[in-house]
Formats: sequence, C-alpha cells, structure tokens
Amino acid sequence: MSVLVNKDSKVVVQGFTGSEGTFHAAQMIEYGTHVVGGVTPGKGGQTHLDRPVFNTVADAVNEVGANVSIIFVPPAFAADAIMEAADAGIKVIVAITEGIPTKDMVTAKEYIRTREVTLVGPNCPGVITPGEAKVGIMPGFVFKQGKIGIVSKSGTLTYEAADQVVKAGLGISTAIGIGGDPIIGTSTKEAVELFMNDPETEGIVMIGEIGGNYEAEAARWIQAQGNPKPVVGFIAGQTAPKGKRMGHAGAIIGGADDTAAAKMKIMGECGLHVVESPADIGETMAKVLA
Amino acid sequence: MNIHEYQAKDILASYGVRIQRGIVADSKEKAVKAAKELNKETGTSWYVIKAQIHAGGRGKGGGVKLAKSIDEVATLADQILGMQLVTHQTGPEGKRVNKVLIAEDVYYPGASEPKEFYLSILLDRAKGCNVIMASTEGGMDIETVAANTPEKIIKEWIDPRVGLQAFQARKVAFALGLSGTAFKEMVKFIFNLYKAYESTDSSLFEINPVLKTSDDKILAVDAKVNLDDNALFRHRDLMELRDLSEEDPLEVEAGENDLNYVRLDGNVGCMVNGAGLAMATMDIIKLSGGEPANFLDVGGTANAETVEAGFRIILKEENVKAILINIFGGIVRCDRVAQGVVDAYKNVGNIDIPIIVRLQGTNAEEGAKIIEESGLKVTSAVVLKDAAEKVREAVA
Repeated sequence: MSVLVNKDSKVVVQGFTGSEGTFHAAQMIEYGTHVVGGVTPGKGGQTHLDRPVFNTVADAVNEVGANVSIIFVPPAFAADAIMEAADAGIKVIVAITEGIPTKDMVTAKEYIRTREVTLVGPNCPGVITPGEAKVGIMPGFVFKQGKIGIVSKSGTLTYEAADQVVKAGLGISTAIGIGGDPIIGTSTKEAVELFMNDPETEGIVMIGEIGGNYEAEAARWIQAQGNPKPVVGFIAGQTAPKGKRMGHAGAIIGGADDTAAAKMKIMGECGLHVVESPADIGETMAKVLA
Repeated sequence: MNIHEYQAKDILASYGVRIQRGIVADSKEKAVKAAKELNKETGTSWYVIKAQIHAGGRGKGGGVKLAKSIDEVATLADQILGMQLVTHQTGPEGKRVNKVLIAEDVYYPGASEPKEFYLSILLDRAKGCNVIMASTEGGMDIETVAANTPEKIIKEWIDPRVGLQAFQARKVAFALGLSGTAFKEMVKFIFNLYKAYESTDSSLFEINPVLKTSDDKILAVDAKVNLDDNALFRHRDLMELRDLSEEDPLEVEAGENDLNYVRLDGNVGCMVNGAGLAMATMDIIKLSGGEPANFLDVGGTANAETVEAGFRIILKEENVKAILINIFGGIVRCDRVAQGVVDAYKNVGNIDIPIIVRLQGTNAEEGAKIIEESGLKVTSAVVLKDAAEKVREAVA
C-alpha cells in the first residue's frame, strides 16, 4: 500500500514538450511510472517520448484514461494548468512549477476546493511511491520500498531524509514533497492524515521549515488522534533571521509563532519525536520503531 | 520586493486612495524647493521631514521630524540626509538615508479631534485568502496590539470568488467607531486600497497610521507595501521601483549570478543545493559550535561557474573561518559538482581557510575521489554527521 500514487496511476505530463517536462518525463518513464501521454496546447496529435501529445487535459482523460497529472508549465500559466486538470477530472495533481504568483494560487486553490481532487505543490519535488510510481523530479534510486511515510516542504532535504531512513535499515512507503510556497494544495496535516490512514505505513517523518503554521496544525491533529503512529519531526531554519525570505517564498519568519523554535516546542508537546539536527532523522526513526 | 514610503503612496494615490501629500528630495536645496511647492499646492505651513529607508521605526530612530518653517526644513533635511538611521529593524549598523520625503502637515486643528487608526491587507496563509486587519490603536505596532489587546483587532476575510464586498468595508468602518462623513470616507478608502492591493499583486499593505483629520477626511499618513516577487514579471513598471542601495551589495551580486544568498553574521560559510537543505545546513553549523555566515542556495544546477561565484561571495566576508559545501546529488551529479569545486578553488586561488565538501546521492563516491585526489586542502565527507564533526574541528 501507499498513498496518492501507485502502479495503477496513469500519469499525464502538462508542459510535456518543454525542456523541463521532456527531461523529467523521460526520467519518470525510465523509473517505471505509467506515463500515458502529455499535454501541450497546439501540439495535439504529435508523438513525444513515444507517447501521444494532447491539446487539452480532458482529451488525455478521455482517450488514455489519465488520472494523475504532473505540471511543468511556466509560472505565468501554471495556475491555469492546475484548474484545467481539476476540471478534466484528474484525481491527483502534482505541480512542480516554482514561482507562481500568490494571487493566481489563491484563485486556483479556491477553484479546486469544491472538486474531488488532491493538489500537491506547487514548488515541490513531487510524490514517489518507491518501486511503483515516481511523479516528480526526485532521484528515484535514493528511495527504497518500506514502511515510512515522508512529508516535507523541501526538495533536497526530502532526499536527505529518505537516504537516512534507508541507511537506517528502513524504507519508504510514499514520500510527499508538499512544497515551500505560501499557498499549497496539500498541507502537512493532510499529508500526515493520509499516512495515518495507510495500513502499510508504520512511522512518519515530518520535515518542515520556518514560516506559516502547518507543522503546528499537524502536530495538534496528531495529538488529538492519540499519536497512533510515531512521528519524527525536524524544522529547518533554527538559525534563520526574522523577515528574510530564505529561498522558498513561504520560508520567512513573520511573527513569534512561525520560528523553528516555536514549532519544535509545539511538536514536542504534542508527543512527536523532534530532532534538533537534520543528521539524526534516520537513526531516530529506527530507534522509536525498535 | 520592498519599496519606499513615497513610492507606495504614489501607487495608492493612483488608485484613488487619499494620502498625506509630499515631495521626495535628495538634497537640502531640493528639500527647500519641495517645501515651497508643497505650500503652494496644499497650503501647509508646517512640514514633516521623513527619512526614506526600507525599515520601520523611523520616527523613534530620529528619522522623522516636524519643521515649522522653511528654514527649519533646510536644517532638518540637512540633518537627516546622509545620517546612519538605526531602528529596531535595521540592525545596529543602521541604514544610510539618501532621500527624504517632505510631507504636508495633516494634524491641523479643526472641528473634531484628529484620530489615528491601523489598517492592513495581507495573505492569510492558513485560510488561503486575503484578510483586512484594522484597529483603533493607530500608530502602535500591530504585534503589540495583538499580544496585549487582541480584541481590538478587527479582521475581515475576503472571499476570492467575489472579492471585497461593500458590507465588509462598512463593517470595518463601523467597528472603528466612525460615523457621518468620516465613515463614508473610510468605506471609500478601504475599497480603493483593496483595489490597489489586488491590482499590484501585493503581498502586504500596511497603513499605519490611517488618519481621520479634524475635518473628517481619511488619509494614509504612512504606507508600507510589499510586492509579490513571483508576480513582478507582469508589472514591469513596479519592477523599476527597486532600490538596489537598500539591499546588501553581496546579495545583489549573488542575485546577478542566479544564486539565492542571504548574508548573516557568522564564521562558517556554506553553499548548498536546495533551500530547505541550505537552512538545515545552517542549523548543523550552529549545532557544531559555529555560526552560519550565510544562506546560499546554488539551485538545481551546481556547476563550476556557480560554485566559483559562491566562493567569491562567501570569501568577501572577513569573519569566515571555514566553508561547508553540502550537495545532495539528484539530477545534479556529485562528480560534476566535485570537479566544479576543484576548478573553482584553483580559479579563485589563495583560499587559506578549510573547506569541507559533503557530497551525497548520485555519483557521490566518484565525487569524493575527485576531491581526495585533487591535492587541495579540501576535506570530504559523505554522511551529514561527518560533515558536522569536521565543521566542529575547523572552528575549534
């Protein structure tokens, strides 16, 4: 078992023929992901990477049964691409694009709110269920199959955590990169909830960073559920200064509640296993499961 | 992106928001000329001289002064221009004042008492929509109001489907205790302000204080505007408002090299791929007994050029005692990064501080081998714990 994506996912790539889309679609296909085609408006009817190109996501849904979409469309058009996928009946949308205007994301998030769809991202590395489907840009070989769910706002830090989990003798059920923007589709709490409901996931690694209140919300929810599965938590940015944007648009300390220290305190009080050093994620997970 | 008060007020005025009028000047002579012009335009005979820097708390720091004559404008503008203004947001070194805004006096006596309010518009991340915040406690720090008297903060969330509605503007204006002309003015003020916020793709508008004058006008005395960096591509005119002299020169240089850099005060520099891992690496440095000198994300394409640019920027900080390079290779191959480090090291020349390179992921072993065989004073590490230990040795 796993969450969001698996071997039955039929993936359509939006922004298929662009350089990013082409590169990562090829990598996904090589990994074994079931990529059924792509969308580039105006290029419908062509073939790319031995797969059909469609003008619209609806065509991809109707003709090849796509149910998962991954978006590499440039920032100016990405929110539109998200809404198109939702309208076409796609069930899981993974938006990789970095730099989407916040106002566009407010609109897109509102648009999908009443539809039966899960958006992951934007500005994220994607979702991977090892051995089944890689719907993202992560290095697939780092992720080995197993029973630990990973949820993270960051890309390379997710790979770091996965690598440690694997080296600690464990593996990964699914890893979800939720993204580092101020407005994202799936919150930390929603990702954790997916793992709590997944019978094959035995432990969860939750990686956050400064800014926003997602980690606190997730921690309080976990405690309210009675801590059904162990969660190891880490917050990046303990040394970040206030008021400075640290790379990610969402990674900025605004008030007293969104510092790393405040989040770690809440997580600890809610019964999570909080690590101070990012080097201790894997070992701590192994210890609490032992 | 941050902009100056005078730029923010220009934007507001162009959307019909009433503002305290003023003219910007960068010399004593121009300040005097501005005051005379302002006198003709507005009839004001008192003038407020306001330092234009990207930081709050200017008044407390001595950057805002009242002049009661043209002569005083000359004296005060001369004092403020060129000063190193220190506020709670500038850090101890302060910021040099290059421009002052000569503004009309709006606290003149009249039929009623002038009254100050607080008004802001910003994104509520948790709810995924904009929120208008208002308070009768004008002129005070909103954080202080939130901590001490949270009941005095009024919030109206804006439904993205329909935008700001008239009843919401009325609710805010009533909650602020207004009536009659001032009430109508406030409703209009809020409407135009929201229109300006939406149209400019802003991420924050903070008007503190908003003033009800003695003749019941509502106007913005100060204006703090943050623009969404991600949306600047569709606002070429606003992009021109960027003031590079307000930014750290090293951060500007890094930006030109496509590096994401933030300067800090520590003694261990770092260079990392990915923002989250970069923050985590800073944390590791601190836990190992050092202090991070910077945040530096080289992005998804760490090659010899970007690594070299990174070296040059980090080495400009004199406090730096060691550099930690932390790369998790995914799409980026570690052997290429390692070669980049070796080449950059040779190109920069004379690096006399220890460099610790931690490579993990794609081709990590090949990368480590290149580092070991280079003959340079570079130490390599594979797991994060090793890297932390080597930083500890370097700063001990």
